[in-house]
Amino acid sequence: MTALIKGKIFDIKKYAIHDGPGIRTTVFLKDCPLYCWWCHNPDGLYKAPKVVYDAHPCIGCGDCLETCPAGAISSSSSGLVTDNQLCAACGQCVDICSASARQIAEQVLTISQLMDIIHQDILFYDESGGGVTFSGGEPLLQAEFLIEALSACGQREIHRVVDTSGYASKTTIEKVAKHTDLFLYDLKCIDSQRHRQYTGVSNKIILDNLVSLHDSGANVIVRIPLIPGFNDDAESISLIHGFLRPLVGIHEIHILPYHEYQKNKYCKLGIPYLAGHVSPPTQAYLFNLVKAFEKDGCQVSLGG
Amino acid sequence: MQTRIERLRKGSFETLPGISIERALLLTEFYKAHAGRHSTPVMRAKVFKYLCENKSIYIGDDELIVGERGPFPKAVSTFPELNCHTTEDLRILNDRSMTSFTISDADIETYAQKVLPYWQGRSMRDRVFSNVPEDWKNAYEAGMFTEFMEQRAAGHTCLDGTIYRKGMLDFKKEIALSLAGLDYLSDPEATEKAETLKAMDIACDAAIIFAERHADLAEQLARSEHDQNRKNELQKIAAVCRRVPANAPRSFWEAIQMYWFVHLGTITELNGWDAMNPGHLDQHLYPFYQSDLEQSTITQEIAKELISCFWIKVNNHPAPPKVGVTAKESGTYNDFTNINLGGLKRDGSDGVNDVSYIILEVINELHLLQPQSNVQISEKTPNRFLKAACKVIRKGYGYPSVFNADEVVMEQIRVGKTIEDAREGGCSGCIETGAFGKEAYILTGYLNVPKVLELALNNGRDPVSGKQIGIETGDPLQFKDFEALYTAFQKQLETIVNSKIRVNNYIERMFAAHAPAPFLSVVINDCIKKGRDYYNGGPRYNTNYIQCCGIGTITDSLSAIKKHIYEDQNFTMAQLLDTLKNNFEGNEKLRLKLTNKTPFFGNDDDRADKLMQRVYASLFDIIDGKPNTKGTTYHINMLSTTCHIYFGKMLGATPNGRFSGMPISDGTSPSHGADRNGPTAVIKSLSKMDQVKSGGTLLNQKFLPSLLENEAGITKLMHLIRTYFKLNGHHIQFNVVDKAMLRDAQTSPDEYRNLLVRVAGYSDYFVDLDIDHQEEIIARTEINMV
Repeated sequence: MTALIKGKIFDIKKYAIHDGPGIRTTVFLKDCPLYCWWCHNPDGLYKAPKVVYDAHPCIGCGDCLETCPAGAISSSSSGLVTDNQLCAACGQCVDICSASARQIAEQVLTISQLMDIIHQDILFYDESGGGVTFSGGEPLLQAEFLIEALSACGQREIHRVVDTSGYASKTTIEKVAKHTDLFLYDLKCIDSQRHRQYTGVSNKIILDNLVSLHDSGANVIVRIPLIPGFNDDAESISLIHGFLRPLVGIHEIHILPYHEYQKNKYCKLGIPYLAGHVSPPTQAYLFNLVKAFEKDGCQVSLGG
Repeated sequence: MQTRIERLRKGSFETLPGISIERALLLTEFYKAHAGRHSTPVMRAKVFKYLCENKSIYIGDDELIVGERGPFPKAVSTFPELNCHTTEDLRILNDRSMTSFTISDADIETYAQKVLPYWQGRSMRDRVFSNVPEDWKNAYEAGMFTEFMEQRAAGHTCLDGTIYRKGMLDFKKEIALSLAGLDYLSDPEATEKAETLKAMDIACDAAIIFAERHADLAEQLARSEHDQNRKNELQKIAAVCRRVPANAPRSFWEAIQMYWFVHLGTITELNGWDAMNPGHLDQHLYPFYQSDLEQSTITQEIAKELISCFWIKVNNHPAPPKVGVTAKESGTYNDFTNINLGGLKRDGSDGVNDVSYIILEVINELHLLQPQSNVQISEKTPNRFLKAACKVIRKGYGYPSVFNADEVVMEQIRVGKTIEDAREGGCSGCIETGAFGKEAYILTGYLNVPKVLELALNNGRDPVSGKQIGIETGDPLQFKDFEALYTAFQKQLETIVNSKIRVNNYIERMFAAHAPAPFLSVVINDCIKKGRDYYNGGPRYNTNYIQCCGIGTITDSLSAIKKHIYEDQNFTMAQLLDTLKNNFEGNEKLRLKLTNKTPFFGNDDDRADKLMQRVYASLFDIIDGKPNTKGTTYHINMLSTTCHIYFGKMLGATPNGRFSGMPISDGTSPSHGADRNGPTAVIKSLSKMDQVKSGGTLLNQKFLPSLLENEAGITKLMHLIRTYFKLNGHHIQFNVVDKAMLRDAQTSPDEYRNLLVRVAGYSDYFVDLDIDHQEEIIARTEINMV
């Protein structure tokens, strides 16, 4: 059974030091039910494989153009353009590209292949109290694979973190929770209408799941992506406060300030960036915010 | 920082290195009058004594620790008996923009009249070069290897605790005993030993005289000093210099001055590589610190001030200026004194003490070019010490570097040292392992390993010089598989190594016969007991290292050939060789394919790492165990210092996509830009090298300051280090800088005079590096996390 399940992964990052305790390997699972305007990992949004093109290293040799069986690549005055409609992501252009300017952000791995990679850094986990973090995309979307992977890690006593939006059925999250040592749980905003507007989905399931995880005694660190214009106003913050206050088992909050490093990823994917007008929050604002949350008795950190 | 230290430090920064011809004049004077009257060891000892009796004595304002090799700070002596600089050399040293040494026209003129005529043709360098075989010369000139002993004496000398228990008068007694025990009836070497021991005895007297002259000057200065505080200090200095080095030190101050006189003696006698080194200074000083505290004769502040004075002393002694190939591969003021902190004690317990922490504070405050420092981390080292070290590392001076004390012990056990001697050992120079105070572990030169592959790819001909350097191992176009190529590489390697060792052994005998070091022999165990000089097998252990460079470049090159030519057949050997010959001109696509589509070393990828293991095994098999001339053997060492830049300049384009003339990989680090999976993958790849079979490896990692700004970042750095050491890593060091800062330093060097960066096994001022080295530092992989 286990041997047959395969996971779609768009990145694996070693020496991840902001995704939970210690030195970790973060496995980014593909696909996401949300579409947040500011998404930091747009390469994980898609279910289907997608060719990523980076114009910077490209030397314009045209090998990809000649190779593409679908004729999806054409040359324009601004460089090479891929027609996403025609591209079947067969990967032939990726193989031929000497400059590695073309990549497919997807690996399809079995549990045992993934475990081999996770195992490479096991001594670092041991030394640092680290382990594996499953992130995304939304890792709960590939629940079956995720649970198998978590359980395989559990068998070898590798510490497991699941970094989730919480948007999954209650049954799924309960099953996952059985094999998870710590959740990094995104809490974006309490106002359902606004949540829907900026992420594409209602937050009802998300809030319910957080409460039920909390009530079941799971270890949860709440992560608040702080996006100016979306959830940085006094009211939004106060609502978050109000929501978290009764959840007395949550002791730690990470505030993840909006940043712009991901802009280039959108460009490479050839998709529009919705948060282009947003500027990162100021240090002074963040400082006050941290203080405010600390008043509630929480340990608060900026970044991971 | 105390104001005294601020003033001394400022003086040290502002004084420009210059050449002093005093030593050369005194030496030549003495040789002219006395050559031929004494055995060589006695002659060398008498020269040393003459220098100690007649050189200028200097005691600067504010100084507590006294003594200079030259007439004043940063005045560097020359050693014409080993390498006689020509007037042209001296002018170049004065005029060049990087690592220059000022010298006046008048001094150059005096040198030309009084020094040059005597030493030209007589110097060690002239004699060595007039008598080396043609094949060696061709390989040397082609950049196949370098030769350490052609202009500096062999060094990498480090002390144990002996000089804190015994003074020169004690050594003289031991020498007398050894002399009395010589067996002229059955030991054919008895006469030679007697001369060696007599020389050591004279050297002890010389060191005492040198100290007494400082005591005299201090007393004289005290008499005319109006400031009562300084008067007291000068009187104290005089008392200390009357006590040491004649006798063993009794106090913290005397202990530091003791070492400093021994250091000066060694670097005045000869110009051995890596100057001199106190080894585990914290362990040596701690008993004095403790007893001074108990007697209330010292405070932590005073201890710190004395250590700072010593630190500045070392900084005031730039390396003697080099010429020729050696200047090209090692252009630095740094003389590589590398002080060990922490580590293990002789009995195997943890060596960290209060002085270790004080020294870390001194390093942090002074951030001088010299001395270098490192922390020796064992399983027993407390985390708080490693953390304190990481907090200094974070400042980005490039030191302390971090060593695995347990691995350093294992490396020594493997080659037959006792466990106690191994623990008392450590690392000196850059990363070289040795048994401190008991071993001559001599670096003989760097080996350009990627260039050996270049020979195999050109049937033994060097494509850069056009000369036949290696043997004919066949037309590479006829190699039917990867194994055929690898066999050719191995044959070339064996030939080149043999050629190098042959000349090493010859030079080694030259030093034993013509340039013994009687003073150094006094302080290294068992020279007195054996009646043998440091250069003639006197020490308890005698090791020769060949430093193998470019493991990253050769591994990646082999990996590229294996994959693209023999496995995937993406192109033919003829295409590759043609492209390499043209330095990839007109074929950027092929170069990119090599760079981007080849498994490279440093990614925890067995496809490449297994090739690294294979090359490493070949180096080991061919070098380790070859006899030297002292009844012991050669071992491999895996450092490049700055030689990978010089070797790169002598190497054509390589199959890993590296352009002709660019640096090869440094130490045992992956090639620049080859490691793409972060620091844990680099560490995993390095851990596949059986490092215990070497005399040291060197791993450079570059960190941006942002990664280490908080406690969590520091903790994770510590975990990284601890894991590498669990995996038997020997050494790791960090450059904590960002690219923008370095670019800025290139455009406005004046604003970055103090910017220290880790270069190889040491740090240097970034702005003092030439453009190639600066670019190389910038290119080293950054671990840039968002």
